[in-house]
Amino acid sequence: MKTIVRNLLIAAAALSAASCGNGSKADRSLAGAGGTFPVPYYNLAFQTYQKANKIEITYGAIGSGGGIRSLKDKVVDFGASDAFLSDAEMAGMPAPVIHIPTCMGAVVVAYNLKDVKNLKLTGDIIADIYLGKITRWNDARIAEINTGTTLPDKKITPVYRSDGSGTTFIFSDYMSKVSPAWKDAIGRGKSLKWSKGIASKGNPGVAGTVSQTEGAIGYIGSEYAFAQDISYAGIKNAAGEFITPNLTSISKAASGDMPADTRCMITDSQVEGAYPISCFTWILIYKEQFYNKRTAKQAQNTVALIRWMLGPEAQALTEKVNYAPLPQEVIENAKKQLSLVTYKDAQIETPENQNK
Amino acid sequence: MKSASIVKDKIFRQLLFVAAALIILISAGMIYSLTTGSFGAFSKFGFFKFTFTSAWNPTAGSENYGALSFIIGTLLTSFVALLLCIPFSLPVALFTGEYFKGTKIASFLGTVTDLLAGIPSIVYGLWGFYTLRPIVQSLGLGENGFGILTAGFVLAIMIIPYAASLSGEFFKLVPDDLKEGAYSMGATRLEVVRHISLPMAGTGIFASYVLALGRALGETMAVTMLIGNTNGIPFGLTSTGNTMASIIANQFGEADGLKLSSLIALGLLLFLLTAIINLIGRLIMKRVAVKV
Repeated sequence: MKTIVRNLLIAAAALSAASCGNGSKADRSLAGAGGTFPVPYYNLAFQTYQKANKIEITYGAIGSGGGIRSLKDKVVDFGASDAFLSDAEMAGMPAPVIHIPTCMGAVVVAYNLKDVKNLKLTGDIIADIYLGKITRWNDARIAEINTGTTLPDKKITPVYRSDGSGTTFIFSDYMSKVSPAWKDAIGRGKSLKWSKGIASKGNPGVAGTVSQTEGAIGYIGSEYAFAQDISYAGIKNAAGEFITPNLTSISKAASGDMPADTRCMITDSQVEGAYPISCFTWILIYKEQFYNKRTAKQAQNTVALIRWMLGPEAQALTEKVNYAPLPQEVIENAKKQLSLVTYKDAQIETPENQNK
Repeated sequence: MKSASIVKDKIFRQLLFVAAALIILISAGMIYSLTTGSFGAFSKFGFFKFTFTSAWNPTAGSENYGALSFIIGTLLTSFVALLLCIPFSLPVALFTGEYFKGTKIASFLGTVTDLLAGIPSIVYGLWGFYTLRPIVQSLGLGENGFGILTAGFVLAIMIIPYAASLSGEFFKLVPDDLKEGAYSMGATRLEVVRHISLPMAGTGIFASYVLALGRALGETMAVTMLIGNTNGIPFGLTSTGNTMASIIANQFGEADGLKLSSLIALGLLLFLLTAIINLIGRLIMKRVAVKV
């Protein structure tokens, strides 16, 4: 089923791209495809932009992998991904690609314990729960960092994602950084080999299972968790503070040293006050916008849209749908990246009425 | 006049031929693409090793896939479902096809049973998740209420309409003169059912259960929500596990390379499994038919 949908979307995207270059319709529409993580935000942002600029934007939520493939096949104007391209993947693309971060999210560790609020956890403890070394909530190691909280003598049921997912990737990336035992036994990836617990499909599946199972613990995308009535733990960050995930602590994770091209994982951030399991999501475009007979207008539209996404209006929209806005220094970085984009080797001018 | 109708007949025959050929072509195409798609997995692990080992490790670098735990999970849930569905579907079939044959209440019951088939599987899944699972949990059948038994029970309800309405039809097909003959010799209703209707309709009833089993083998959504999705061999009815259809639905979206090929190989094995079960069903039906 998913493949059918994916194929249809690619076909639709291909059709819209094929019509590029002949007439004004193509000059008034943009097509993108990619991850499902930013969909609620992109829907809102694109709708807002569409109304103001009379440009039709379609976005196919076919998964990050599909988004990258679509960009590689040059059937979309932009791809979107929750994971940046590795150097090898960059080399595999037909032309140089630039990454523009658009918003931020996080993975929260949700739990279901009656009467326990503000639970604190460390990466080590989470690892040992998933590895089956800590099996009860009143374990001495959990009690040690949760002084003042009465923890029940209940069995812990770890819950994980049954489907391949960027959420699993980010969570396991953080866990591998902070726990050598996790790195050896489970590792990092979109889907993993788990030994304990039960699995559910998608954020709604994990959230549902956790909220229906007393004593359960599970990791959920923040954009979903924040919209639900679910308890999540404060996690000890690299600075030694226990940080509750919220939009401010997530944004903080992206301050500090960033590579110029924004390609980096921001899990286990060293910054004070930063939530340690935070992430970017990116839009990917070709550095040279003249491909597949695309017109100068199309290139201009693409760049204008992305410039708008980095502006205050779009960034303010992120919080409405539970995403965290980008910190200012990341926006400056991203704008520098965007200024590298060319059309027939000339810099692209966008109308000045766009937000800077 | 006559020649025109002969031409029409010929055209109709041709059309039928094309339609039949199309079905064969589609099946052949499916087998072809499943086989080519699963080539990567089978050449890496070998057909027998892939089918009869239970490893499932998607970690890059140490990728290792085997189908056994999913095959066992699929068979267990489906047969549990089949067993649990008999006590519900057989009475319904007897009710609509024998005892209250042709009455309004029978057609009402028949419609309601058929309606069960029209409910989307996600609705069954949600019902199982929010209603059945806590019950299973409180009965102490499994730690979290997830597992083979919960999935099998929901599957059983899902396949009742297939088993019940078809076998009801077969009960209806039992010739009245046979039954009347039995009655005239002083047989009771129950004796007629036992000695006339059941043996006569037996093959058909069996066929309807094979069909229902086929439906259970391929069910995905409701199973995924209830089975626990753990990729190991289930060690009992209360243990969690995973089925072939469920792991494919879960993992296909973000899979590539060897994993994608392994998932397609699982699809091929599911295809074969369904074919084998249907074949066994046909063989048994033939035997029973000869006896009657």
